[in-house]
Amino acid sequence: MKFGIVTFPGSNCDYDAFRAVVDTLGEEAVYVWHKDHDLQDADVVILPGGFSYGDYLRVGAIARFSPVMREVAAHARRGAPVIGICNGFQIACEAGLLPGALLRNASLQFVSAPVRIRVENTGTRFTSEYDRGQVLTIPVAHGDGRYTADEATLADLESSGQVVFRYVDTRDNPTEAGNPNGSSNNIAGITNGDGNVIGLMPHPERALDSLLGSVDGLGFFQSILAAVAA
Amino acid sequence: MTAYKVSVHITPRRGILDPQGKAVEGALHSLGFAGVKEVHVGRYLTVDTDAQSQAEAEAAVKAMCERLLANPVIEDFEIESAAVR
Repeated sequence: MKFGIVTFPGSNCDYDAFRAVVDTLGEEAVYVWHKDHDLQDADVVILPGGFSYGDYLRVGAIARFSPVMREVAAHARRGAPVIGICNGFQIACEAGLLPGALLRNASLQFVSAPVRIRVENTGTRFTSEYDRGQVLTIPVAHGDGRYTADEATLADLESSGQVVFRYVDTRDNPTEAGNPNGSSNNIAGITNGDGNVIGLMPHPERALDSLLGSVDGLGFFQSILAAVAA
Repeated sequence: MTAYKVSVHITPRRGILDPQGKAVEGALHSLGFAGVKEVHVGRYLTVDTDAQSQAEAEAAVKAMCERLLANPVIEDFEIESAAVR
């Protein structure tokens, strides 16, 4: 299986994503330069974390017009998997691949810390290897992670199981104390309606080695492997 | 063609939590500006453009706002323009 990792000017988690695929999964990964129009036959596209275009104007606003995004949108329309992590989530929202938007953290502080997220839906191709309600410890590192959408969109996301990950506190409850950025409904990650595009603020690619404090990101990548191989 | 200067004010959508505005509001209160009710922090852009008419210049910038300059999910925008002499 081949993963295409898009590198924008200012991406800084592309290498972590590459290592996650190659070292941890033992699968093939290629970097796709944002100015290219060729996804190199990738089965799965990853929009990695970082600060594309220096976060100018709005996070993800300019990257969404990078030439390669036309192919990424077509890939998503075909029903093929697209993963947006952190800045990649912001870009996917700006590009209209996912509903809603990500705003400045409610605290106005950049948050770089491990957070607890609960798996809300295991019926997706990104979470099948987890148990429903399982709580994962995965790092976040962002200044603009406050997920927001209008009431109707939020209700729709909730009722259709598109809320995949939710921030929880030390008692596994989605309270304000467990919410690192003020996201609506403690939302940490969502899918699109067809379930082939996911966006999440936490970094599963940074939680694959016990040396780094957590291996809870493993199930995320193994789920994708199982889904695409099926 | 006439040269126009078009100004765009982009502000957080009403009803969306604006922590930057709140922080500034709090700072103004602590400075003693007791009359301050609400503060919002947004962005201000100017676009210098040539167009056949003022309406055309504004329509073009409106399209720019809808496609790139503002995000309708979270932001409102207002446009003002004037011919440059």
